[in-house]
Amino acid sequence: MSPLAAILVRDMRIAVRVGGGALMGVLFFLVVVTLIPFAVGPDLPLLKRIGPAILWLAALLASLLALDRLFATDHEDGSLDLILMGRAPLELVVAAKGLAHWLTTGLPLIVAAPLIGLLLNLDATAEAALVVTLLVGTPALTFIGLIGAAIAVTLRRGGLLLAVIVLPLTVPVLIFGVAAANAAIVGPVPFGTPFMILCALTLASLAVGPFAAAAALRQEME
Amino acid sequence: MQISAVDLACHRGGRDVFAGLSFALASGELLAVTGRNGAGKSSLLRTIVGLVRIASGTLTLADGDPELTIAEQAHYLGHQDAQKPSLSVAENLRFWAGFLDSGPADIGLALAAVGLEELADLPAAYLSAGQRRRLSIARLLAVKRPIWLLDEPTSTLDAASQDRLAGLMRAHLTEGGMILAATHSALGLPASRELRLDDVRPLQPAAAGGAS
Repeated sequence: MSPLAAILVRDMRIAVRVGGGALMGVLFFLVVVTLIPFAVGPDLPLLKRIGPAILWLAALLASLLALDRLFATDHEDGSLDLILMGRAPLELVVAAKGLAHWLTTGLPLIVAAPLIGLLLNLDATAEAALVVTLLVGTPALTFIGLIGAAIAVTLRRGGLLLAVIVLPLTVPVLIFGVAAANAAIVGPVPFGTPFMILCALTLASLAVGPFAAAAALRQEME
Repeated sequence: MQISAVDLACHRGGRDVFAGLSFALASGELLAVTGRNGAGKSSLLRTIVGLVRIASGTLTLADGDPELTIAEQAHYLGHQDAQKPSLSVAENLRFWAGFLDSGPADIGLALAAVGLEELADLPAAYLSAGQRRRLSIARLLAVKRPIWLLDEPTSTLDAASQDRLAGLMRAHLTEGGMILAATHSALGLPASRELRLDDVRPLQPAAAGGAS
């Protein structure tokens, strides 16, 4: 098994075991989205209009949930020392950890989104648009979050700092993700325009995130 | 293969931990690093594997693999055991074997060598401190590396396990490996060399200001 496959398999295994973050993320997502109709009331046109925004916000918060432990647990039990010493480039290890996080946290959200969309009076077109935008946009949330997780690695209560660092950086993803979903539902902008920008944001974060996070980890470990 | 350090200094948290440290270690040798608490034993080990930046001095490896750094040819057994409580004993070891060396590793053999073969399927959360330490030692056996850097390897081990560790260390030295162990207590085998960090006085703190 290559070093990166070993990291990927280990992180996914930990996430689905007892105390792992995989189930917590999707449950949190479902709870937050379910609460909105109770708070807003049974106003179906309103729910339909704000539905994509609510699902995107909930997905953003849910992906942050398990992120603060991503490097912190490895730092606390000494695994990070051995990872830094290893022959595998730290950037790729960080990317593998990000991929494992997305597969166990982001992907379940996307699977759950169409079901929970029913509560927000979304029709088939809206749900399809939402799933596509989440599929393209959630990797950006994870890979931007990697940077915050790496910066907060040595702090005891890193979760709060992580949210403060990461949430502002995710604003563009949120704007264009929701804009693309709304464009497909109500128009008037064509779906393609904001969607292309969302794709670009994701590609940029995939390229920058691992390098920035690896640099932050090296700095922190000194 | 030989590691040599010349005039090595380590600077952590705004103070000099040690300075002017020189030693050499060749294949088949055991270097015991001793010293009081805080003398810099752990810092020295972390400096050698590159986890702490070298403040000054040189650290070179002769006759090793020129493509690899010292850290990439070394095993580091630190205070922390680098194990995940939710994974089983075998899964923990298989992960490190896969991460450190992509070749096939005999997990069963390594676990048997530290007497953990019967606990292979037990989640690591249920291990005692001594058993966790033994699982860490199994990592050194599952993946072959010429340099072993051991930080208090015998702490938390019972007498029988200490004997077993001494046997494993002797076998590693016979195969041409080298060991650098930071320790308070006896290792159970004679050290080829000893490095006393108490004798290596840190330099006086640098005078404040830049007037001089």
